[in-house]
Order: sequence, then C-alpha cells, then structure tokens
Amino acid sequence: MNKSVLIGMSALALALGACGKKTPPADIPPAAELPANPPGTATDDSVDLVELPAMQADLIAKAGSDTVYFGTDESSLDAQSQATLAAQARWLLANQSVRGSIEGHADERGTREYNLALGERRANAAKQFLIANGVPEGRLTTISWGKERPIAVGSNEEAWAQNRRSVTVVVK
Amino acid sequence: MKPIIAALLALPMATAAVAQDTGPLEVDVVGGIQAPMAIAVPAMPSTSGDAAIGRQIAEIISSDLRTTGLFTPLGPGGIGGYSYAEASNPVYATWRSAGAAALVAGYVETGGSGRLTLACYLYDVSAGRELVRQGFAVNANDWRRAAHKCADLVYSRLSGEQPFLDTRVVYVAETGPKNARVKRIAIMDSDGSNHRYLTEGKATVLTPRFSPRGDKLVYMSYQGRRPRVYVMDVATGTERLLVPGTAFTFAPRFSPDGSQIVFSMASGGNTDIYVVNANGGTPRRLTATPGADTSPSFSPDGNRIVFESDRSGSQQLYVMNYDGSNQRRVSFGGGNYASPAWSPRGDLIAFTRIGGGAFRIGVMSPSGGGERLLTNAWQDEGPSWAPNGQFVMFHRTTQGSGNAALYAVNINGGQPRRMPTPVGGSDPSWSPLNN
Repeated sequence: MNKSVLIGMSALALALGACGKKTPPADIPPAAELPANPPGTATDDSVDLVELPAMQADLIAKAGSDTVYFGTDESSLDAQSQATLAAQARWLLANQSVRGSIEGHADERGTREYNLALGERRANAAKQFLIANGVPEGRLTTISWGKERPIAVGSNEEAWAQNRRSVTVVVK
Repeated sequence: MKPIIAALLALPMATAAVAQDTGPLEVDVVGGIQAPMAIAVPAMPSTSGDAAIGRQIAEIISSDLRTTGLFTPLGPGGIGGYSYAEASNPVYATWRSAGAAALVAGYVETGGSGRLTLACYLYDVSAGRELVRQGFAVNANDWRRAAHKCADLVYSRLSGEQPFLDTRVVYVAETGPKNARVKRIAIMDSDGSNHRYLTEGKATVLTPRFSPRGDKLVYMSYQGRRPRVYVMDVATGTERLLVPGTAFTFAPRFSPDGSQIVFSMASGGNTDIYVVNANGGTPRRLTATPGADTSPSFSPDGNRIVFESDRSGSQQLYVMNYDGSNQRRVSFGGGNYASPAWSPRGDLIAFTRIGGGAFRIGVMSPSGGGERLLTNAWQDEGPSWAPNGQFVMFHRTTQGSGNAALYAVNINGGQPRRMPTPVGGSDPSWSPLNN
C-alpha cells in the first residue's frame, strides 16, 4: 500500500507544478538545550581494577612491551606475540602482588558488537598463553574494548594494525 | 485510509523511482526519491490571543512533516494566517492559490489549570473537504507533544501508516578525540528537543535500548572497568546490574513484552546468546556454537530471534526460535551482515551490510529475501526501527576522524536525514510511541 501512496504523492506534487526533484530537508541545527544534571551512576567497587602506572612502566621495560598484535579479524598469536607474552608471564611471576587485566581491542572496520566479541577472543588468547606459561588463572582477568579505544587514530592499514591488539594492564 | 488517499491523489500518474519488494537479491534504493506533497501549515490562532504559541506549534508540525520526507510544508513562515472561525471552515481558494494540496489548521486553547488544548484539522484543499480532526489536551509544559501528535495525525491520515513522530531517541553522545572519546547516554525527543544526559561519562557506555513501554533502558557500561549490561529506569536514573557477577555481558535488547532481555555473554574466547528475566534470575543459554553469536533482536510476536554469527567463517544473519531451537542462516548475499534489528511490524529485518570496505544499512525479509540497501557511506551501522516500521535510524561514522552522527532513513527510499544532536552520536534506539 505504501508504494502506491508514494507514487500517488509524487504524481500529485508533479501535477500541482511542484518541483519534481526532491529538495532534501535541511539539517536541523543542534539543539541549544543545556545538559541537565545527570543522575549519579552506580558503582561497584568490589570489581574496580585500579591501574598501577609505575608497575606498568616496569612491565614494559622488563618484558619489552605490554602489547601484542593480531591480524585482521584474527586472534591467533604469532611468534613475536608469543615471545612478548612469555616475557610478560615471567614479569607477572616475579611480581606476585599485582594482577593482569588482559584487554583486547579491535580496529574500526568491524561493527561495534562484533568487535566486542572479537576483542574478548583476542584477550582470551593472550590470557591462555600467560596461563600456559605459569601465571595462575586467578591473577588474570580479561575485558574487551572492541573498537572503542583505538591507540592510533588514522583510518589506514598502519593505524588498524596498531589497534588490533591485546594489552596487559597491571592492576591491583 | 485508502479512499482518502485515492481522493487526494486522483491525478495522472507520473514516473517515480520506487523500490520493489521482490526481485534481484540486491535492489539498491539509494536515490529512489519521491516528490513530496505540498501541505500548508499556517500559524494557528490562539484563543488567548497569544500569537507566539500558535506559531511555534505550527513550526513544529511543519518541521515534523518535512522530516517524514513525504511533504513539502508551506509555512508558517512566508504564508498568511487565518482566523479562529476559519480553523473549522477554511477558505480553500486561498490555500489552492498558495499551491497547497492539503492544509493543517486548528487553534490553541490555553485555559487555566496549566492545560493546553490543540485542535488539529486536516483538509484536502483540492477537493475542498475535511479529512480528519482531533483535539489534544496536554500539560502546558508539554505543548510540543501536542504539536507532534497533530503532525502524527496528519502523517498517518495521508500516508496510511502508523504514527511515529511523538517519540524519543536514546543514544550514545560522543565527545572528545578519537583515542579518548567520552561516551554518555543521552535522551531526547525525536526532533532533538528536551535533550538531556543520563550518565556522567566517567564510564564508557554503549548500545542503550528502550524497553517496549519506553520507561526503561538496557545498555552496556564499563563502570568498574568491567563491561556489563545494566537496566536503567529512565525517570529516576536508577541502575541495576542485569546478571550478577563479573561476566562480560553486552548487546542487550528487551523482548517485545518487556519481560525478558536477550544479550551476549563472552567467556573463554567464545560469545553466545542468552536470555534472562528482565527482573533478574538465571540466564538461559540459547546458542552454543564456537564463535561470536551476538546482536540478538526479537521478532515483534516474541516467537523468534534474529542474530549474527560468524560460525560459518564470516558474519552472517541467523534466525532461531525464542528457545534457541531451529537456528538457520538467512543472509546469503556477498560480504558480511551484522547488527540485525527486527521491524516492529515483523515484515523486515534491518541490518548492517559489510562489504567493499564500507558499512551500509539495508533491509530484507525475515526469510532472507528481497534485500535492499538504503544507505551509501563509509560506515553506517546499528539500525533501530521507528515504531511504525517505516523509518530506520542508525549512526554514520566519518572516515579518519571517527566522528559519528545519527541519521534516519525512510525504508522506501530517499536520502538519510541527519538527526539533530548537540554532540556526536551513535547507537540510537527509537522509542515506542509516547503514551
């Protein structure tokens, strides 16, 4: 039914001498309203993971990097990533007071929810490698940032390669 | 509806590019544009003599009708007004000579006790007769809603479709640079007014979605550095964790009756779809294949769920029964398919099509036929339906900057229209019709 309505409307407008071409509606300017005070957000301190910048720097210095990289839409670890994670595992075993939040990321070429799943897949790959290298599972958590936290801001191959990553974040 | 439309449109047919519902797998309706109908929307008289309110209401009606893409409103600017008496007895010749095929008239009554009544009349100018009239009484503060309801009456009467203009939109408001973007949930009327933020921005939030009554949201938040699904009461802002514990939950959506929430949970590198009572309880697992099963969306009768999965090796759309049985693939075109959303009318599934380095919004039947692409840009994703199933809202991301904005498109064709938001926006969710 809708189709015939639209055809009919076209016919009407044309017959009335209205312009046969569509004039696209102008963009409406942004609303001028000031933001209302947002309500407070709930907190759940029992799972707060607090970053430790000094320890993070030590991990990077000793292990070479806190980050490993992945191929497009991939979650497998290449030789270089495995070497980096092995060094991270040694550091984690030498620093028993901290935990690792293994944080997976994706480049911007996937849809938002799929990239959340992909980031979890990458974080899990890194976590399993750390466990295989002796880090107790209880000291490791994973989260996925999907494509929400790119480290390189371009829309090109080089930036995307940097963003397909898993970062071992030192937390307490 | 049909006889009225027929009467209005008793004029020779002209050629018009109109999308077909069937035919080749990919019928591209980008550019399939119809010429809109000229409709006069003059400033309305007010019984109190307050000219401003009558003009503002006419401006909203005019703007609403323009956003449907089906009308070219004339007025209230640049067009004459009329008297209170003429609201129910228009001088048709005046509007005919102005080039209008239809006329929206009426008057505004502001009495005591903080109430406002809008009398809304629609006339067929060509035939010289009234088509419909209705009065809308609202709190004076909600005068904009009376205007939206009048616009809905006009749109519905002339298009034969259900109303959709008196609605709201919730979305992720985005500010700041690409590598440190602040994301907050914001809510607004679907014309951009009454905009307010529902979260502070300390924690990244994603994918807010309305409950079927529009009183609650379900969304994902990174608060506590733990990405999980929460339910929020819109009026109070009260939040509640959907699934207790630290499990990674995301991609939530309400069932059509509001009693259930379907979502994804990821663990050990595997993402599956679960459903849980909206008030809490133990989630029930619906999918169990290796791979990423996500973006579930219920059919309007609640019997089926469409979702995406990469179980075949690439992202494709699948439909299953509400209990997880009878999972079958429905997308078979080239490229990948993601983020499906089942139309509230049940007849179509909107999706994000990934191919050629771009994301585009499209629709297909629930069995996978009649695919049509509606947009053409670098990255359009995350479709959400208007309650009448005639428009889809989505977000468009700009290459390079990563800046995102909300757009709405008529599923029958035409250019997407940018939604007015004060900052960048993504993940829109269109509310049900306000009650």
